[in-house]
Amino acid sequence: MGSRSSHAARIPDVDSLRRETGSVSQASLRRLYDRFQALDRTGKGYLSRLDLQQIGALAVNPLGDRIIDSFFPDGSLRLDFPGFVRVLAHFRPVDEEDEGNRDPKEPEPLNSRMNKLRFAFQLYDLDRDGKISRHEMLQALRLMVGVQVTEEQLESIADRTVQEADEDGDGAVSFLEFAKSLEKMNIEQKMSIRILK
Amino acid sequence: MSGRWAPGPRWGVLLALLLALGELPRARGVEEEPGGAHGEAQGFQVVTFEWHHVQDPYIIALWILVASLAKIGFHLSHKVTSVVPESALLIVLGLVLGGIVLAADHIASFSLTPTVFFFYLLPPIVLDAGYFMPNRLFFGNLGTILLYAVIGTVWNAATTGLSLYGVFLSGLMGDLNIGLLDFLLFGSLIAAVDPVAVLAVFEEVHVNEVLFIIVFGESLLNDAVTVVLYNVFESFVTLGGDKVTGVDCVKGIVSFFVVSLGGTLVGIVFAFLLSLVTRFTKHVRIIEPGFVFVLSYLSYLTSEMLSLSAILAITFCGICCQKYVKANISEQSATTVRYTMKMLASGAETIIFMFLGISAVDPLIWKWNTAFVLLTLLFISVYRAIGVVLQTWILNRYRMVQLEIIDQVVMSYGGLRGAVAYALVVLLDENKVKEKNLFVSTTIIVIFFTVIFQGLTIKPLVQWLKVKRSEQRDPKLNEKLHGRAFDHILSAIEDISGQIGHNYLRDKWSNFDRKFLSKILMRRSAQKSRDRILNVFHELNLKDAISYVAEGERRGSLAFIRSPSTDNMVNVDFSTPRPSTVEASVSYLL
Repeated sequence: MGSRSSHAARIPDVDSLRRETGSVSQASLRRLYDRFQALDRTGKGYLSRLDLQQIGALAVNPLGDRIIDSFFPDGSLRLDFPGFVRVLAHFRPVDEEDEGNRDPKEPEPLNSRMNKLRFAFQLYDLDRDGKISRHEMLQALRLMVGVQVTEEQLESIADRTVQEADEDGDGAVSFLEFAKSLEKMNIEQKMSIRILK
Repeated sequence: MSGRWAPGPRWGVLLALLLALGELPRARGVEEEPGGAHGEAQGFQVVTFEWHHVQDPYIIALWILVASLAKIGFHLSHKVTSVVPESALLIVLGLVLGGIVLAADHIASFSLTPTVFFFYLLPPIVLDAGYFMPNRLFFGNLGTILLYAVIGTVWNAATTGLSLYGVFLSGLMGDLNIGLLDFLLFGSLIAAVDPVAVLAVFEEVHVNEVLFIIVFGESLLNDAVTVVLYNVFESFVTLGGDKVTGVDCVKGIVSFFVVSLGGTLVGIVFAFLLSLVTRFTKHVRIIEPGFVFVLSYLSYLTSEMLSLSAILAITFCGICCQKYVKANISEQSATTVRYTMKMLASGAETIIFMFLGISAVDPLIWKWNTAFVLLTLLFISVYRAIGVVLQTWILNRYRMVQLEIIDQVVMSYGGLRGAVAYALVVLLDENKVKEKNLFVSTTIIVIFFTVIFQGLTIKPLVQWLKVKRSEQRDPKLNEKLHGRAFDHILSAIEDISGQIGHNYLRDKWSNFDRKFLSKILMRRSAQKSRDRILNVFHELNLKDAISYVAEGERRGSLAFIRSPSTDNMVNVDFSTPRPSTVEASVSYLL
């Protein structure tokens, strides 16, 4: 797979990438770059939707399509390496030391708890209005509850889920309400993978 | 009644019972005379005293009764039970009872025999652990658990045995008839963390679930290591130190894999059979619970028969069959199984600790060697701490959730020894292991120290170190639903980034299970309704319904439900506190 000398030089914009994504280690970036190139079968230098859809296990994932969409924000058709890393950086495990040393003036690192929750939120909020409506909750439920359930039951569950989280009574779940309903959950652990340590 | 500790009538009753029990052994001794007297009696005896007829089951039933009454006695004083773990109280009670029996009979008539322990007392406890094991947590931490169970136990056994041997060579222990192999044998049986003791103590401490599952999982899975090490060293001791060859050592290592994997396999096979059987028990609902117990017990016995690890067998039988059995059997059977298992496990645990106390009061087995006892205590604590620190340092490079220093302290301190070590040491043959009594005495001291002293101090330690405690809270639909979403998201991200992680494996297993296993092992009706989100939804609806009914009873009718104020109410909680009896009776009807 080509020579392995001067690795960092071949990854474009290494330093700014590392700063932006909350100091992902050199080794992890190397691994991700290898993976990026492996997915890019035709060697275009960027990824298209088709490249991601060809990952077998992704096809049977209920949220697979939506996750692929999150890699291509604002209708773009090409995914370059920085964009690839930017999305994956959300899933870097939260390092407690980072939190302490962080300069409060700099923007939050991508893998903070809030940003992880934002990533999940935008998978539900398809029309990007900042709220999960009852209809959007119903759609997400339909994808994820796999057994034969009647439409009425699904609607009841969706209703109840929205009511449980909705505090200002507007019939939709805003991001803050979403975050509040999950405050007891260990997001830092549930939304992290090891490869990005 | 007042909450103060009121001595007097209640304790008097208990004391009277204890004294009455002390009289019983004397009754045993007189069985000859009634027989002789009967031989000479004339005519028909209307009522006879046939003590020898009922002796054995009577004594067993009486001991069970005493143990259960003791539990009631302990809980009379809430202050005592919140500080002292129940297991410690039971051991002390056992010591007292043993003393009474000794005084009455001048020999120790009762003790915890290995047969009774391994065949009747241990299986219910381990089955209960396996059947209610939180599978996701267990398999999520399986690597960690296996490392501690295998490497940790071998480390403890080797270091303790070798260190004691080293001290013996230096002459500090005086004159003993022991060799290196005896020390290694002793090390192997004292090294293992005991599941019964861990359960008994940790149950009252409520540390966070990850910490608990690691210590508890270790105590269950180290059985294979203990069994192999014990058998290997025992046979080496029998052969004689000089006849041990390299081939024997290799055979020992091979036997570890055979024993552990074989035991697990036996458990899985029986879990499969059990799940399959419960699929067809629709028309025999009454005896459904019986299958669970009988087949699990058979897995234990089968594994024991094949000299594989019986604890692993019954543990994995419980772990693997949980899902299918719970889906197949009726609600009432599930409740029966749950409560019977808990009762048997709790009863067995009580009896074990009480008899540990009783067995200690036996002048024949005591041989005291200060250096040996103190050093054993020192070595097992120190080497466990070192082992935990080393292994955790290695593990933290691979774990997502790091194990902090505090966790390591609790893990080292929570490495309790218990009845398994006692049973193993009593099984030794004193012709082959000349210093058996020394080993037995030391084992008893070690068990008492860990259960009583460490059990007493672990709660304050946990509070002082501010260990993360377990949070018991009601399931929220949001958490379940979004939790499911996170699982899917993580699986997808793992696929995209090319990492094979837990989610990938869990997904693969989930698919395999849905396509093949569930079709074979689960009833058709159960296959449809087993989604967890639906279960949580169902439970929450039931809770709401109960609240409405209770409020309706308070107000006289359910007419208020139709008022607009109760529209769109979820997780209802009317302001007046509900008496718990109301909820209990209503949920029974549902």
